[in-house]
Amino acid sequence: MKQMRPLTITGGTLVTPEGPVQGALRANDCMIAAVGGDAMPQDGDEIMDARGMLVVPGIVDLGVFAIDKPAFHFGGITRAGLMPDLSPPLDYPARVRFVAQSGKPDLWVHPLAGATKGLNGDQLAEIALMREAGAKAIATGRRWIGDSGLMLRLLQYAAMLDMVVVIHAEDGGIAGNAAATASEMATRLGLPSAPKEAETLALARDIALAEMSGARIHARQVTTRAGLQLVRQAKKRGVAITAGVTPAHFMLSDLALGDYRTFTRLSPPLREEDDRQAVIEAIGDGTIDVIASGHDPRGPEDKNLPFADAAPGMAGAETLLAMVLTLVRDEVIDMGRAFDLLARNPARVLGVEAGSLEPGKEADIALLDPQAPWLVDSREMAAAAGNTPFDRQPVQGRVTALWKGGVQIAL
Amino acid sequence: MTSPQNTSSASRFPKGGQAFPHRDLIGISSLERHEILYLLAEAEQYVAFNRQAAKQSEQLAGLTIINAFFENSTRTLLSFEIAGKRLGADVVNMYAAQSSVKKGETLIDTAMTLNAMHADAIVIRHGSSGAVGLIASKVDCPVLNAGDGQHEHPTQALLDALALRHRLHALGDNAEDFTGLTVTICGDILHSRVARSNILCLQAMGASVRLCAPPALMPAGIERMGGQAFHDFDAALKDTDVVMMLRLQSERMDGQFIPSPREYRHLYGLTPERLALAKPEAIVMHPGPMNRGVEIDSAVADMGDRAIINSQVEMGVAIRMASLDILTRKARGVPGWRQDERGGDWV
Repeated sequence: MKQMRPLTITGGTLVTPEGPVQGALRANDCMIAAVGGDAMPQDGDEIMDARGMLVVPGIVDLGVFAIDKPAFHFGGITRAGLMPDLSPPLDYPARVRFVAQSGKPDLWVHPLAGATKGLNGDQLAEIALMREAGAKAIATGRRWIGDSGLMLRLLQYAAMLDMVVVIHAEDGGIAGNAAATASEMATRLGLPSAPKEAETLALARDIALAEMSGARIHARQVTTRAGLQLVRQAKKRGVAITAGVTPAHFMLSDLALGDYRTFTRLSPPLREEDDRQAVIEAIGDGTIDVIASGHDPRGPEDKNLPFADAAPGMAGAETLLAMVLTLVRDEVIDMGRAFDLLARNPARVLGVEAGSLEPGKEADIALLDPQAPWLVDSREMAAAAGNTPFDRQPVQGRVTALWKGGVQIAL
Repeated sequence: MTSPQNTSSASRFPKGGQAFPHRDLIGISSLERHEILYLLAEAEQYVAFNRQAAKQSEQLAGLTIINAFFENSTRTLLSFEIAGKRLGADVVNMYAAQSSVKKGETLIDTAMTLNAMHADAIVIRHGSSGAVGLIASKVDCPVLNAGDGQHEHPTQALLDALALRHRLHALGDNAEDFTGLTVTICGDILHSRVARSNILCLQAMGASVRLCAPPALMPAGIERMGGQAFHDFDAALKDTDVVMMLRLQSERMDGQFIPSPREYRHLYGLTPERLALAKPEAIVMHPGPMNRGVEIDSAVADMGDRAIINSQVEMGVAIRMASLDILTRKARGVPGWRQDERGGDWV
């Protein structure tokens, strides 16, 4: 859908890469035309009064497992990087082409090409052809690639194609069928568990391979102190690595597993409190570049089970923004950095011209009431399923209006 | 002797349902010390009762007890079945490992089905930690955990405590609890629900607990449950009062944990020579089934004056009778065992 009339949003506080700016934003022909002092409404413009609101970029959610428009729009998400773990997986150009079109016009889906056929980790998939079909990045899927030789060849190939590889940093041999981090909590509950060093090992290997091959890698979730330290050091050396996390790992520790609540069964599993603190520090000091929802709606058939038998994953799209705003209120980050983490950085990783309020970017825009209170309620979610680990938690921050490419989306 | 009374009158425990204010028996972790002692005290009557020639009571007559076993079991199932039948209940066994679960029915649906049949108590064993609690949250009757994954096996820990206390009394120690006692639990701690329930139960009763296993079979953070961890069995045995051996749970092992049973015996098998490192009259326990020649030598298992393995089995029936008795008192209208849902007096 093309933008029919130019749009000018007036009176709000614009959250730009340079910080908050009072003023207007004008969008024309699906693109942001002017921001701040340069933006003046012109005759024929549609005018939106945003007094008292923040004007923010639409969120670019890097690494979701389902296309769930109602949940994405509720959460202010206008673009989603879709993981290849569908059934059947995104390991074939035609499927990538289909999925890349599936959200338009009001949600852009950026498929991540499966690195290996069937995501089995043994044969490279047709990555270059999938790029032609619209894949914006490569992903190993929910699991790592165990064969280091294959991983090296994958990264060399990705470097040649200049595509980022989204990795899952969990050593499969150590992780096994674990449902929890090896800890007092897992021991008390009798859950199959794996040491958190599964992440350190996987990251150390993939960083070394990225250094060898010159490839760009994005560790979708880094959840431990030691893992974050590896990322920090690698960045210092100039390795092309970015790191992400989901709100679960900065909001919750493995104490949340008590009573075997399967909505807290995640991959990687929740960590101990010290690691949660390390994630918050890493968000504050810039080691973590991206916060994503990991949106993975799962119904009762996957979740109303004994803990270890339940499928991992959480419905995170609706709560992503509100959870990141807790970091702003706690002064871990400021509002500008919040939207770097949510929109600008993930857009860069994917190489798409979106994710920030700058002239020339796609007009993906949200109005945010950062104080608006609401209650997370698993029974009344917009998402396809209500498997949120934040059930019954009071939160603040609601998106009140949303535009994709300058066209308003009904909320 | 006739059938035991419903409640021990003139006891030093709280009156009526306050002595054991739980609908279910899911784990030792939710029990207070005095509740454990109460359950043991109630079980004592059944120990004597079971030793009579005629051991039939009508206490639970008319009640239906379902033993729903989602995992294979011989001794625990038999023990619960005998316990229910001796109390006069109608006992039905459901071997779910080979029933509708195989046809794809979910655990919750199975639980709802059991609930719709108006059981008065359901005894459940399941291979996943937390599964019994999950079922308990969906049904309207008392639920007894007969083992859930690697989480808890409360009646096993209670019967172990009862068997141990009987032997201590026979040795002239008439204490009610285990204060000052050192118990060494050796074996596959990682996969053992018996170990977890016993760690909690023994400590609640005042014992110090040592845990011994190779690193791969020792769960993380176990010290924070209160046990002292050892990898050297000889060191763990030194001056211990009780040795509790666990079997290797090969069926739960995901990958290889030890090189071979032969090597395991070399390091962790309880031989007469090793037992000599413990206190002179140290008591030997094993929850069964035993792998003779692996974790325990026959020469030790058959020491009549030291091993109480058969007594453990005997106490198992008494503990399960007491558990079924206590948890059905509300439904049977025993005075003092009903409390309004909002709290208040027990009537």
